[in-house]
Amino acid sequence: MPNRYESWGRYPKAEHACVHRPAWRDAVTLDDGGSHMLPYGRGRSYGDCCLNDGGTLIDTSRLCRVLAFDRERGVIRCEAGVTFADLLDVAVPQGWFPPVTPGTKFVSLGGALANDIHGKNHHVAGTFGRHVERFELLRSDGSRLECSPEEHPELFAATIGGLGLTGLVTWLDLRLKRVPGPAISAERVRFGGLDDFFALTKESDGRHEYTVAWIDTMAPARARGRGVFFRGDHADEEVQRSRGFSPSVPFDMPAWLLSPTAIRAFNETYWRLPGRKQTMRYDRFFYPLDSLGEWRRLYGSAGFLQYQFVLPFDAASQGVREVLDRAAERGLASFLSVLKVFGTLPSPGLLSFPAPGVTFAMDVRNGGPATFDALATLDEIVLACGGRSYPAKDARMEGVTFRKMYPKWEELARLKDPKFSSSFWRRVTV
Amino acid sequence: MKRDPRTIMIVGATSAIAQGAAAAFASEGASFFLVGRSPERLGTVAADLSARGAVRVEVLAVDPADVKGHEHAIAAGFAAFGSFDGLLIAHGTLPEQAACERDPSLAVDSLSVNATSVISLLLHIAPKFEAQRRGSIAVIGSVAGDRGRRSNHVYGAAKAALDVFLQGFRGRMTMSGVRVLTVKPGFVDSPMTEHLRKNPLYADAGAVGRRIHDAMVGGRQGVLYVPWFWAPIMFVIRALPEAVLRRLPL
Repeated sequence: MPNRYESWGRYPKAEHACVHRPAWRDAVTLDDGGSHMLPYGRGRSYGDCCLNDGGTLIDTSRLCRVLAFDRERGVIRCEAGVTFADLLDVAVPQGWFPPVTPGTKFVSLGGALANDIHGKNHHVAGTFGRHVERFELLRSDGSRLECSPEEHPELFAATIGGLGLTGLVTWLDLRLKRVPGPAISAERVRFGGLDDFFALTKESDGRHEYTVAWIDTMAPARARGRGVFFRGDHADEEVQRSRGFSPSVPFDMPAWLLSPTAIRAFNETYWRLPGRKQTMRYDRFFYPLDSLGEWRRLYGSAGFLQYQFVLPFDAASQGVREVLDRAAERGLASFLSVLKVFGTLPSPGLLSFPAPGVTFAMDVRNGGPATFDALATLDEIVLACGGRSYPAKDARMEGVTFRKMYPKWEELARLKDPKFSSSFWRRVTV
Repeated sequence: MKRDPRTIMIVGATSAIAQGAAAAFASEGASFFLVGRSPERLGTVAADLSARGAVRVEVLAVDPADVKGHEHAIAAGFAAFGSFDGLLIAHGTLPEQAACERDPSLAVDSLSVNATSVISLLLHIAPKFEAQRRGSIAVIGSVAGDRGRRSNHVYGAAKAALDVFLQGFRGRMTMSGVRVLTVKPGFVDSPMTEHLRKNPLYADAGAVGRRIHDAMVGGRQGVLYVPWFWAPIMFVIRALPEAVLRRLPL
């Protein structure tokens, strides 16, 4: 199928010369003539770090078996193509839960490792990589290495957040955490501005395991920074399994559907919903968008861009304000904007994105050069604040910007597999 | 089919469809006797099923296509578990039609793997199921066996042989209360079809496997098209006069 291999934002497009989809670890070959290779999980990265235009992809979706589960210690060994959905099916009935989970359960564990992902519990748990004990790494020179903080520590650190460039991870050992069951007790709190957000975070992060906020980026200037704060914790309560019905967006929607006016109306309504406290199943709390299959089609065939960055604490309050002002000024319309305070636990990866401070993410429709130009001006704010953008979400930043944000990129360049590359890597390093 | 915990024998256990079905049984706490060619891959599947909740998993590495090994394999399974609630036969190959036309020995191999060996297995196992007077047997056939098509009639011939055999076999086993299900998947996205260009009619192998699990648990017998929309499609294809069919580029 042409273009079956795209990223979640569907921009940019890539043509791959060849795709391997091994069904067994013993069937993996990293010998593809002269072509450069890249592992591909489930294509949930937004930009081009999961694409390899003109090269080879190694699709890991068939490497999706659980190889061992130590129910005493809660350590599970999974093949790299196992998704959070698979993992949850196995772990939750037995009282275990992923230590860190992203906002969709259709991410592969290999992809979670390669992007050193974070979740709503970053302030207490840090990144995904902190909970990975070891993994197997295949390199194109034929070596098969078990990496951990003790064995091959350099490659261990380079592979966590290494964007799939250090070789193919075939399996990994993940330390799960104990939970009483599938229930989350969740609370929705409305707030009127950024100062309220920071106060809510300060009050909540010490007492709640999961915190995140939705921001109304379309609010009028006097109400800028208003939003809804979510906090939750695992709870020992009975909850109903969600109904089986799972609708899907059948085709690309016309561009006007997500016009600024429509988004403004949506945001206004969403913000006005009353605050409440309720107990729900974990999927509703963590993966609300998963219940609408192919929601990205709402953005039309041009796809969309996500912009996510982190700013250090001292610059955060002012920086986020500037970004919100600039986004409004430039007409960047978004209905999905998220604000979260990262904790101070260090990320183990060489190029991990999370750092102590405040992270902000917004989805915007790909409106062509105007959108790109507007986002480039946001890069300037982020750089000036000493922050950085998230490669897993990026499709457009300048190479020089990336290299300033990630000064350790040269170390990754040294440790990466010489036959591995990606569209993203070539864009930002050449 | 009796309620869990169940004991299931799977021949061709490393096939993608079989793994999907097995995972569904495993999450309900089933026990397994797995037969397949590669000991390493059987070990991987066994580990996966154990992690998903299987109570006990035994494996036997023999080539299901080798009919000489059938008696031993079945005896080993019944020796280990005593009886089985379910049997799924899932091994098979998809020969390339053009290659068979160049080299007829490939056609013979295909018939031997896809038809002869399955029939042999069923004949060996039938007395065991007749003796226990219960159980559910599911065999993976194909929509390709419903009608001979220009593009795929070597594979189709094997699946058609299986189809007719199973019709009669179902009659025989009904006398003992054993249910026999002929599963006819359409296009399945699996390693067997890796080299083929995919279209929207392709179904996920895991989903096909889960459907088989549901049908076996539900005590279904007869013919099961997976996904369901192949039933009306094949109804039309079967109804086409041959004079029409042979002119179609199917």
